[in-house]
Amino acid sequence: MSVSSREERILGIIETARAKRPRFKDERVTMAHGAGGKATQTLIEGLLAPAFGIEELADAALLDDVALTTDSFVVKPLRFPGGSIGELAVNGTVNDLAMAGARPLALSLALILEEGLDADVLRAEVAAIAAAAEAAGVQIVAGDTKVVERGHADGMYICTTGVGRRDPRAALSPGALRPGDRILVSGPVGAHGTAIMLARGELGLDADIESDTRPLWPAADALLEAAGPSLRALRDATRGGVASVLNELARASGVAIVVREGDVPVDPAVAGAAEILGIDPMYVANEGTFVAFVAPEAADAALAALRGVDGCARAAEIGEVKTEPPGMVLVNTAFGGRRVMDQLVGDPLPRIC
Amino acid sequence: MKFVDEFRDAELGRVLAGKILATVEPGRHYKVMEVCGGHTHSIYKYGIDDLLPENVELVHGPGCPVCVIPMGRVDDGIAIAHQDGVIFTCFGDMMRVPGSNGTLLEAKAAGADVRMVYSPLDALRIARENPDRQVVFFAIGFETTAPSTALTLKRAKAEGITNFSCVCNHVTIVPPLRALLESPDLRLDGFIGPGHVCTVVGARPLAFIPADYHRPVVISGFEPLDILQSIEMILRQLAEGRCEVENQYKRVVPAEGNLKALEVMAEVFELRPHFEWRGLGFISQSALRLSNAYAGFDAEQRFAVPGVRVADPKACQCGEVLKGVIKPWECKVFGTACTPEHAIGTCMVSPEGACAAYYNYGRFARERVVS
Repeated sequence: MSVSSREERILGIIETARAKRPRFKDERVTMAHGAGGKATQTLIEGLLAPAFGIEELADAALLDDVALTTDSFVVKPLRFPGGSIGELAVNGTVNDLAMAGARPLALSLALILEEGLDADVLRAEVAAIAAAAEAAGVQIVAGDTKVVERGHADGMYICTTGVGRRDPRAALSPGALRPGDRILVSGPVGAHGTAIMLARGELGLDADIESDTRPLWPAADALLEAAGPSLRALRDATRGGVASVLNELARASGVAIVVREGDVPVDPAVAGAAEILGIDPMYVANEGTFVAFVAPEAADAALAALRGVDGCARAAEIGEVKTEPPGMVLVNTAFGGRRVMDQLVGDPLPRIC
Repeated sequence: MKFVDEFRDAELGRVLAGKILATVEPGRHYKVMEVCGGHTHSIYKYGIDDLLPENVELVHGPGCPVCVIPMGRVDDGIAIAHQDGVIFTCFGDMMRVPGSNGTLLEAKAAGADVRMVYSPLDALRIARENPDRQVVFFAIGFETTAPSTALTLKRAKAEGITNFSCVCNHVTIVPPLRALLESPDLRLDGFIGPGHVCTVVGARPLAFIPADYHRPVVISGFEPLDILQSIEMILRQLAEGRCEVENQYKRVVPAEGNLKALEVMAEVFELRPHFEWRGLGFISQSALRLSNAYAGFDAEQRFAVPGVRVADPKACQCGEVLKGVIKPWECKVFGTACTPEHAIGTCMVSPEGACAAYYNYGRFARERVVS
């Protein structure tokens, strides 16, 4: 594909516009603001970060050697193949600590319960929270409960705040990517979001797909041991999937990212469901799969270490960091072509024909 | 994925690319239009452009069902969605299409009960489950999706469901193609025919293109090898001085189409005398409305709608993009005022729209990557 100079100039103008800090101008909050794509970015970078004077957006804040993060969970349905809201509420928060290079220590737990919620459902989620906390090696040390009228909160919402201790081996930052760095994913992508979509039963599709929810500190620990300061950044690919993570970090570091589509692991059942729904697994949420950026000289050792961790046997190197065009993610398609992999605009809406 | 991966084989793709290169005359510029938005999406998604010689240019045609909906129709939909007791249902893409005063997604945030469905049957199910509410389905699409709307209405009638109705925006492919071919500023050498539409209507309705306008047509599937092979077949026709309708998508498209689907469409729909197309203006006999036998399910009759024609925004050049007269990036507002997150024109909304496909996937060239 060749480019005329006029097209080049227009593309330049667009990139300048895109690089500007987004402004939150919407009249109302729409579901798109929660989907993890551009609208979410506008909400965070255009309204929240400037209001609180936050310069760099990472998964967790570092206060000296203490790491702090918070997350809320509003998943529907509460239980789905491979997990439940309680398990997510623990893993989601400890994973934000792990991705910041901090060993998770303790969690607080806030439960917002809907009037009329079946007590057995609540008991099951409390048990799931306790089991997940034990598996992740964290304690629940503080909490709060609220009840809201019937018709709100879809049964229950959960908020957790996590505290961790920064690992001395870690020097991670979303702005640390350098040209030549290698990009690893810890396993097959897109399982969690697909499992949830199918569990809602609205699509009339059945497939044996389970959420990948799991605690990630063991994997982060193994990578820090294998690569140390050569490990540039870690990011769990939750809302918006791997594609959103790559876009965020390309922007934060001012680099280009090139992904080799054919090297991205995707389970056949997930690929099949995504094909039918017309969505790209790279944009689908994960809850245990993360992306690691590693300096080239440590990439092989990091990948080998990652594959030795329980649940990461199918980790793979999927691409490389480049210089130009900054802030953009490009894909070499398995078919031999090339395209942009942009941020998500709204929910991944299936195409209609 | 079995029966899919076979059609995405990179090695066979290179073989076809070699055949295409051998077929084109150096120094001649070829413009081939893919009519269907599904093809546009595949071309960008797989980077098919990168396998074509410099002198073969793909032009994106008017076959994206979301892209051709004019603003006035969106306004009508939003007006119905805001009425008391209405559950308004539509396909996901439609929710982000701008009317003159916002989108259905914004109407939802403002309190209207707008729900995304994957099929008209989902909308009918919602009607069955909410007998005290009026459930409206905003039907869009070419002959590809019209049969499913028709079957849904047949079922609603058979079950005696009275709280269900439909805003019918179904359109037909031949009239806009004829309008395009009549357009004096157009220069096209051939057409990649719309595989999904032809699954329903067959190959015959496209015969006027070679007969009246002397351009080759190849009905194509949607996988990357399908599209490459179709391009090769079009270029071969040109090289051999032939001009006919060929069917690359024989595994799906029967020559006579789907007679059962055509039968149910004939029962439920009738031609509108004229219909407004986004950017293309009014085209006579180019769209469908509900037939007299189904008039009771017509939401435009059941609800008061403004029915006002709204001119396309001045800055927006969707019409010229849909006609292939300009490339998406040549539009005055492309990528600056008009982006996928705040679209002015419909071509920027659907992933099948030429502008959205170019913005999301194509906005870059190989030479710009620096390691």
